[in-house]
Parts: sequence; C-alpha cells; structure tokens
Amino acid sequence: MKNLTLRIDDKDIPANEGMTILEAAKNAKIEIPTLCHNDELEPYGACRICSVEIERKGRTQLVASCCYPVEDGLKVKTRSHKIDKIRKTIIELAAVSAGIDVTGRMRELASEYNADLSRFRSKVKTDPTKCILCGLCVRRCIEATWDTAIGFIGRGVTRKIATFPEKVSVCTNCNHCYSVCPTGRISSIGADPKFPEVDDILAGRE
Amino acid sequence: MEKIKRLSSRKDLEKLRQEIKNNRDPRQRIVSVSVSTCCVALGALKVVEAFKTELEKQGLKDKVRLKDTGCSGFCEQGPAVTIYPEEIFYFKVKPEDVPEIVTKTIKGKQILEKFLYRDPATGKRSRKLQDIPSYKHQLRLLTENSGKIDPRNIEDYIAVDGYSALEKTLFEMSPDQVVKEVKKANLRGRGGGGFPTWIKWETTRNAEDEIKYVIVNCDEGDPGAFMDRSLMEDNPHSVLEGLIIGAYAIGAHQGYVYVREEYPIAAENISIAIKQAEEFGLLGDDIMGSGFSFRVKVHRGAGAFVSGESSALMTAIEGKIGEPRPKYVHTAVKGLWGKPSCLNNVKTWATVPLIVLKGAEWFKSIGTEGSSGTAIFSLVGKVNSTGLVEVPMGTTLGDLIFKIGGGIRGGKRFKAVQTGGPSGGFIPEKHLDLPVDFDELNKVGSMMGSGGMVVMDEDTCMVDAARYFVDFLLEESCGKCIPCREGLQVLSNTIKDICEGKGKDEDTLGIQDIVTTMEEASLCALGKTAANPVLTSLKYFKDEWDDHIRNKRCTAKACRALIKYYIDPQKCQACMLCLKECPVAAIEGGKDQVHSIEQEKCTKCGACYEACKFDAIRKLSAEPVPPPPPKGMKPIRKRKN
Repeated sequence: MKNLTLRIDDKDIPANEGMTILEAAKNAKIEIPTLCHNDELEPYGACRICSVEIERKGRTQLVASCCYPVEDGLKVKTRSHKIDKIRKTIIELAAVSAGIDVTGRMRELASEYNADLSRFRSKVKTDPTKCILCGLCVRRCIEATWDTAIGFIGRGVTRKIATFPEKVSVCTNCNHCYSVCPTGRISSIGADPKFPEVDDILAGRE
Repeated sequence: MEKIKRLSSRKDLEKLRQEIKNNRDPRQRIVSVSVSTCCVALGALKVVEAFKTELEKQGLKDKVRLKDTGCSGFCEQGPAVTIYPEEIFYFKVKPEDVPEIVTKTIKGKQILEKFLYRDPATGKRSRKLQDIPSYKHQLRLLTENSGKIDPRNIEDYIAVDGYSALEKTLFEMSPDQVVKEVKKANLRGRGGGGFPTWIKWETTRNAEDEIKYVIVNCDEGDPGAFMDRSLMEDNPHSVLEGLIIGAYAIGAHQGYVYVREEYPIAAENISIAIKQAEEFGLLGDDIMGSGFSFRVKVHRGAGAFVSGESSALMTAIEGKIGEPRPKYVHTAVKGLWGKPSCLNNVKTWATVPLIVLKGAEWFKSIGTEGSSGTAIFSLVGKVNSTGLVEVPMGTTLGDLIFKIGGGIRGGKRFKAVQTGGPSGGFIPEKHLDLPVDFDELNKVGSMMGSGGMVVMDEDTCMVDAARYFVDFLLEESCGKCIPCREGLQVLSNTIKDICEGKGKDEDTLGIQDIVTTMEEASLCALGKTAANPVLTSLKYFKDEWDDHIRNKRCTAKACRALIKYYIDPQKCQACMLCLKECPVAAIEGGKDQVHSIEQEKCTKCGACYEACKFDAIRKLSAEPVPPPPPKGMKPIRKRKN
C-alpha cells in the first residue's frame, strides 16, 4: 500500500492509500465529530457532521471526511467559522424530527457547537422521534446477525426505522444497536419506545 | 416485409438502405399522425382510428399509407397530422374532422385553412413548418427526424442514414479515435451538469476492470420537462446508436437503459428498437461482422426523482432502494455492481452519432465557445406557444421566450424564468439578454439542468413559486442525509408561513443558514441544488419577501391568505356569472342588482375573478376592502358604441 502525506490543519499527516480523511485524522489524534460513523462499519455519509473543508486545484469545497479518500498533498481544514456554523445548523436540523430530549453523542455535540435544539423545531409540528436516522443500528444489526431485524422504510420525511415481524427471532438482544445509537433512541433494553412494524406502517396504522 | 436478413458486413447495411429507399415512392401519399404522449393525451389514437375507418370507407386503404410518428414539438397544438408528399401540417385534429380531411385534402388536394397552425400570439396561419415563427428560429439537429419517422420501424431510421455513424465507427475508427472525436467536439453532458463527456468515457475506458457498463439515464423527473421522453419516444434508434458507439469506445459489452416508470411509451419504443436492432445484427454478437459484441437491457424505474442521480440510479438497477451514495470515487471507476460504469443522458448519447458522422469541427461550429451544439428545452408556463424547442447553445433567454415562445400570454409582463428543473434558479428580467449555455446559467445562480424552462409572469408570486419547488423536492428527497431531509421540511413550513402572512424578520436568517448548509453539506446534487429556487428568489425578488413578511402583502396578489376579492360597483354589470360560479354562495346581488362579495364566506378560490367578463373583480392585498354598495344598487351600464 502506498504511503502518502496530507496536510490536516497545517500539520503533515502520514496516511495510507485507501484511507479516508477521517481515518487519517483519527490516527493523528485530530478529532472530527461524527454521528453516523462507526469504525467497524462501512462509511455511510448520511449525517454530514464530519464535513471538512478541502482545497483542490485552488478551489475549496466541503466534503464528508468519513467517505473522502486521502490524496497525497491534500489540504484539509477540520475547524473554521464556516465549518462550525454548518455543524451547528446540521445539529439544529437533526433535532427537527428527533426533538430536544436526545442524549448521548448528539447531546454532547449540541453543547460543543452551541446548537439550539429548539431553533427549527418550532416550525414542524410532529412528535419528536429521538432518532436522526443515522442508520447505525440497522447497519450494526446486519453485521451482528448476518441478517437484520430492523430496516428503513419510507422516503424523505416519512423515512423511519421499522421491524420486520417475520425477522423478530433474528434479534438475540445482543445490544449492539444500543451501543452504537448516538441519540438515546435505543436503551439497554432495546428501542424505547419499540420500533413500529413494517406491516403497520404499510397498512397506515402507524 | 420479407424475412429480415442479419447484416453481416458494412456492405449489407448499404445494400439494405438502398433497397429501402428504392422501395419507397417519393410521391406516395402518406398520412402521419403523431402518437407521442402529449398527442395521445389529446386524443391522437382516436384520430388514427378515424383515419383507418375513413380511408377504408373511401376506398383509399391501399393507396394511402397511414403512419404513426413522434412529436414535432408543438405540444399544445396536438394532435398533429402531416400529409405527404405535399407536407401539409394540420393541428388540433379531432376524429370528427377526419372525413373532411380525407375528402377535401387527400382526394381533393385542397388545403383546409382551419387546421393549419395558428400562431397563438398573432393569429396568423402557416402552411409549412418552416413558416411557423417559433419553428423558424430553431435549429433541430437531435429532433430533426422526430415527427418524420415511425419510431417503431427501424427501416424508417435506416432510410434517413441511421446506423451510418455506427458503421463508420466500427469499420473506420479505433475506440481511441472515437473518444478523441468526442473530446474535440467538446461534447458536454446534456443531463444538465455539463461535465465533459470524453472525461467520463476515458475514465471508464482506463479503469482496470474487464467488465464495464454503459448506461442511458432516462429518469427525467422534473415537472414540466419532457425532452428525454420525447427523444426516446420519437427516435429511440438514435439513442441506441449513440450508446453502441459509446460502448465500443469505452470497451463495454453490456448496456442499460434506465427509463422511469411514468414513461410507458418511451420504454416500449426503446424495447422495440433494441429488438429490431438485434434482429438486423446491429446489436448483439459480432455487430455487422465487425467482431464487436454488445447487448442492452431496459430497466424501468420505480418512480423516484432522486433515481436520476447517477449513483442512486445504479443502486436502483442493482435492485436496491434508489439512494445516492457519496461519489468521491466516481461511478466511472466504481459504479454499477462495483464496476466502471459510464452514465450519460439520453440527449448526450443521441448527439454522438451526429458528431461521428458530421465531425467534431462541424459540431463545434454550432453553439458557444464553451458549450458546443444545440440544447433542447421544454418551454412551458406563461408563454404563448409552449412546446419542445431545439436551439444552438448561446441563444438568449429573451429570444427563447419572445421569438420562439411568442411572448407572454395575455399581454402580461414577464417576471422570471426558471431553468433547469425544480432545483434551478429563477432568472429575472434584467438577465433576458443572457446567452443560454452551461456556464452562463451557473453565473446567475441557475443551471442548464435537464432543460426545463418555466416562464412566469407578473401574476406569479416569487415567494409562492419558491415554496412550490421546495415542496416538490421535499416529496422527492430520499431522506438519507440530514441537511436535505430536515432542511427542506423546515424551509417548506417557513415559506408557507410567510405566504400566509405569519412570517417574521428572523425567518430569512434561518432560511439563509439552512440553504447554506444544504448547498455545502448535502450528500448528493439533489440536496446541494435544492436551495436554488429559494436562493435566487431571495436574491432577485427580496422586496417581495419583505412585502410578505413586513406588510403582510403579496406583491403579485397570488397568495390566498393575503388577498381579498372585491367587486367594483362602478364596473359590475350584474350579469350573474360570478354569482353562479361561486362555490360557497358568497356573492350577493341579483339580476339588475350590483353584486358584492361577503368577505366572511369567501374562500378566495378565484372562480369569480376568472368568470367576470367586465374586469369588475379586483384583488386587494394589504389594503382595506371598500364597504359594499347600497342594497339594490343598479349597475352603471356601459354604453354600446
């Protein structure tokens, strides 16, 4: 594997070809916040909190560091006024559906970035879900069970996580989903409240 | 037709073309009826049936060839009928008109004035297509044969030099030469991004993998856009020929055509084209004996706008939910099933045969420095003639709207034009001189997009228009990433509040933060561009936003919550029309008694406003409604001159 060097926050950071910016930064003890990332799982790129600024051919752009592969000489900035403001807005937007009663990593990031969780929440009149649809539980479940008891259903704002009734037996209470949930939607005794069943959603009972 | 012989050499194709041409009499009487989606919606199939019956009745069944063709671009004037050899174009033909046409025009050689094209702006009629004002200013390269050939008959396509470019490619050019020609021509992606096509081709070609794919993107989902559908319906072989040439250049042996579920005729016509091309040996193993083999499958989408995004489209072909993935590694390197995949828009593929046949220099001579060739737009909204138009890149917005579109309907004032579909921006009057190409549109905050062009007039509220497109995108967002999913939801509700007079000053700040976040941090292009309508509306029509928020006034008097209807007693002729139209009986008055609206009952549906023939009904916004006229007031009659 080729060794290369990139510049993160004005420091030369060694990396291997095929790594992502997030991995290279982590190795160098530079912290980039994430909500949908887990080292054990494939990058997903859904929460966008890990957005960093890169400079390429004289142009700067924001990319998701969890997915962006390192390049030799790539210049990366992990904090700036602009990045912080976007992260703050993302957290505030995440709270629109999730609500203000979140715990875990999302709560920590909200205070770190001074996010006002009720800022946009007032514009939307739906019950808080305590879930930001990061998909960590779904992806972790697939890894843990080589199958899955839960999955996504719906599109856009109607997207949610649901259980498949015929797959209930797949769940062995391994608690991996609990350990990865960044918002406290899943407690040590499982999802609380329980995820709806696919059949109920399709039948309009949910 | 005699049994088809598989073409096994380039000579075979030439021989076949000659045969087809020889068998066709240029004086043959042909009646061709456009059966593309718009004409079918207007009753074209019944017209075809009527011709069938009538020709038989009048004993002309064997003398006249009845032919189904595609669209000539005058979408609102359908069903369109063309009579050859004189090339007489009739529009708005109804089944009951057919006997007259057969008797007078086909038998009697008489031209029926009333069916000729009538210019909606001037009322002038034109006999030939070339005389039609909107047609005259176009340059139809891709759409040249649409409306002339039967899209379900490969012989029609071969007769107009179809598959010559493929023949030239396979027998005279190396794959490298094809890519170089496309590079020299400066062909850019017609799907809207304008990305140089040759880079995609070369990246896919150079990617280290034995298996490669080429894909046609026909998931055109923009409201008001129908260019791709039209090409696929009217000339599917041109798309297919371009795809085969591209496959040869790239080194792919399998192709996919992704057609959205809502385009049944397009899917059917391309499937027929594929089958026919296979039968003729123009597709499949050892094409025309050249040693090159290539196969194509049609994949029908499941009706998701986001599937037009390349990575989402490929996931959908794989049989999964059509959701985008980060594309930092391009699909040209790792696409469908992890293999290098080259995806181009319908129009891009269809342009390729033209470039191969006529040369890069010819193609470059059309259009602007940065954007060669032509662009196809579906011109819709408040213009006099709506329809499908093809013009050289660099044609100004003003020419498109006023020369080709015939200006604004009802003599109203132009306000804005939205280009590029729901995530394009609104362009105001001051930019009407803008030459339309990939780069210029970006500069003013919009984009070429797939070529939708929606014209708005003084009656369109720009805040409400932004809300409309945000709502469309909210419906279509896949929901994977936070900025797009949640951002659109908040934007939609905030703008709705503003339209209802509940907006606050700080709302625009929130909107700014959200649109910046969406633009910078969304996962795919849908989310990144979704804010364009809001951004450009705020940029060019800020006063309308202020008017809504501060004065609770809708400048264009379009937002229902902010307007009231009022009948001017000086103008009302007591004709009872509005009274009858009102669905909630909110209008008082009677015969010979001036009418007035009971504001408490009025739902502001606007039916009375539309019905009034005396211009007596006015819309008021943020101004007091004058008191109703005294009961029993008689109308002030207009003097008849």
